[in-house]
Amino acid sequence: MEITTGWYLVLGALLFVIGGTGLLIRRNPLVMLMCVELMLNGVNLSFVAFSRTLGDIGGQTVVFFVLVVAAAEVVVGLGLVVAILRRQPGSTADDLSALKG
Amino acid sequence: MSGLPHLAFAGPSIDWWALLPQMILLGAALLILLLSALAPQRTSSGLATVITLFAAVTAYIVALGLWSDVKTEGPSATVASALGVDGFSIFFTILILVALAATALLAHNYLDREDIDPPEFHALLLCSAAGAIVMASANDLIVMFLGLEALSIALYVMIAMHARRPEARESAMKYFVLGAFSSAFLLYGIALTYGSTGSTNLVHVRDYLDAVVFRDQHLLMAAMALLLVGFSFKVAAAPFHFWAPDVYQGAPSPVTGWMASIAKAAGFAALLRVFFAAFASHDADWAPVVAVLAFLTLLVGAVMAILQTDVKRMLAFSSISHAGYVLVAVQSASANGTSAALFYLFTYTFMVLGSFAIIGAMGVDGEHPLDRYAGLGRSRPVLAMAFTILLLAQAGVPLTSGFVGKFQVIAAAVEGRGYLLASVAMLSAVIGAFMYLRIVMAMYVVDDGVEGPSPTVHWTVSIVLIGVVGFTLLIGIVPQFLIEFAEDAVPVLIRG
Repeated sequence: MEITTGWYLVLGALLFVIGGTGLLIRRNPLVMLMCVELMLNGVNLSFVAFSRTLGDIGGQTVVFFVLVVAAAEVVVGLGLVVAILRRQPGSTADDLSALKG
Repeated sequence: MSGLPHLAFAGPSIDWWALLPQMILLGAALLILLLSALAPQRTSSGLATVITLFAAVTAYIVALGLWSDVKTEGPSATVASALGVDGFSIFFTILILVALAATALLAHNYLDREDIDPPEFHALLLCSAAGAIVMASANDLIVMFLGLEALSIALYVMIAMHARRPEARESAMKYFVLGAFSSAFLLYGIALTYGSTGSTNLVHVRDYLDAVVFRDQHLLMAAMALLLVGFSFKVAAAPFHFWAPDVYQGAPSPVTGWMASIAKAAGFAALLRVFFAAFASHDADWAPVVAVLAFLTLLVGAVMAILQTDVKRMLAFSSISHAGYVLVAVQSASANGTSAALFYLFTYTFMVLGSFAIIGAMGVDGEHPLDRYAGLGRSRPVLAMAFTILLLAQAGVPLTSGFVGKFQVIAAAVEGRGYLLASVAMLSAVIGAFMYLRIVMAMYVVDDGVEGPSPTVHWTVSIVLIGVVGFTLLIGIVPQFLIEFAEDAVPVLIRG
């Protein structure tokens, strides 16, 4: 069986959905950060797959931009997690509920 | 040189003049950080405020120069068509710079009062402004994404800067998680747009969609849906609004004002450029979805605002329903609708900055119960009058800019035969007016002998309040020049 572009796109979509679901149901802030990364990497895989099909280098260049943005985002996210855990050790997302929506 | 192949690299031609506003802002951010690193001890916020204001004014003058260029020579694009220089981008540049100057003035006293490091705050403020300008002028989806992230990442930190207050940390974490979540949706939408049209450049996307009839539209439909979800999160449109009240309440008041005005304006700028300008040939597919979003947003914003007891949360929900009005204008998918949306965003920015300026002056801690405003009309009549004008403008009372804005939005909807949506918008305005009047009543109607609050209003805050209240009344009486400006600012996609 030949592996076509469609397979990569499906894998990308699966990674995105797993990351998205994880972000919504997991309560550990660090795991939530990892889920964001998973979502972005699912998108990256789709970009590379499209880039191969279209024969256009642009999609692969995009991945570099996304990687940089994801790194910057995680730096800020980890900073926030550290700021929260230092004052309330062992807290999860459920403990962040002083503001009621 | 032996063995090394001669590599000729030709970069895209860059019109540096057009990039000058963003570069001035980023340069000022670096300058502030450098000076604060060289300073022997912690500086007060004076120097940082002055540099930020100076950068905003300089960039504003450059933007006016660009505007006259666009008027005489027509719109253009630069950096390989990645950034557009048209009325639309300059409209938002000017809007963002005005809000930047106002926020810098509002933060001046707030930072000293709450003991927050001024240089970092102002540097982040400038970075987020530059990101918002890039987002509003991007002709390429990836550049738009980079602008969005520059804006959002700076905002995450600005919200969390009040690190001693647990609400600020919680609010920053919530905004971060939801912001990252929505960015991922937006990016996936960009990836699918790239897959179905072969480019991330909006000029190319528009030309491709005009020329090609799809046999199978699924990929493009999914792309539009994901982009719309991403943007809806950013502009806090229902049903993707649930983060907004918590985040607005927990953030420092000047940051709330900045977020409610600029993050929303830049989000709508990107939404209009992508959907109105690039996906114009498929408006029969996206306009009904935007209409449903507008419907939900109007009702959720107005009804939930009534149920709140905290003034900051009330205004958070009211800003959600304002997003609903802009969506009503967007869904008409016409040039008139777009200029109505631009007019609305411009006037809304002033109202929301003023409202959160007063809230910032009123409250020191995270709670802003309605009782705290009781008797303000007696103890501080001028401040109460300013707040009343801003609230009435948000309700859409005639002789204020809010009335003209709402009128234009509803006119655009009626013109596009969106009668149902136009009636819902008017209904929502009535429900919303109840909430604004509740705050006004609390300020003026009190029993005898009740001592009203007497907050100290710093002169920088007074300047901002005089400016926004004056502008709100001015536009309410002579709206013509802003209407013409908004009509000239409808986005165009041009190859550079």
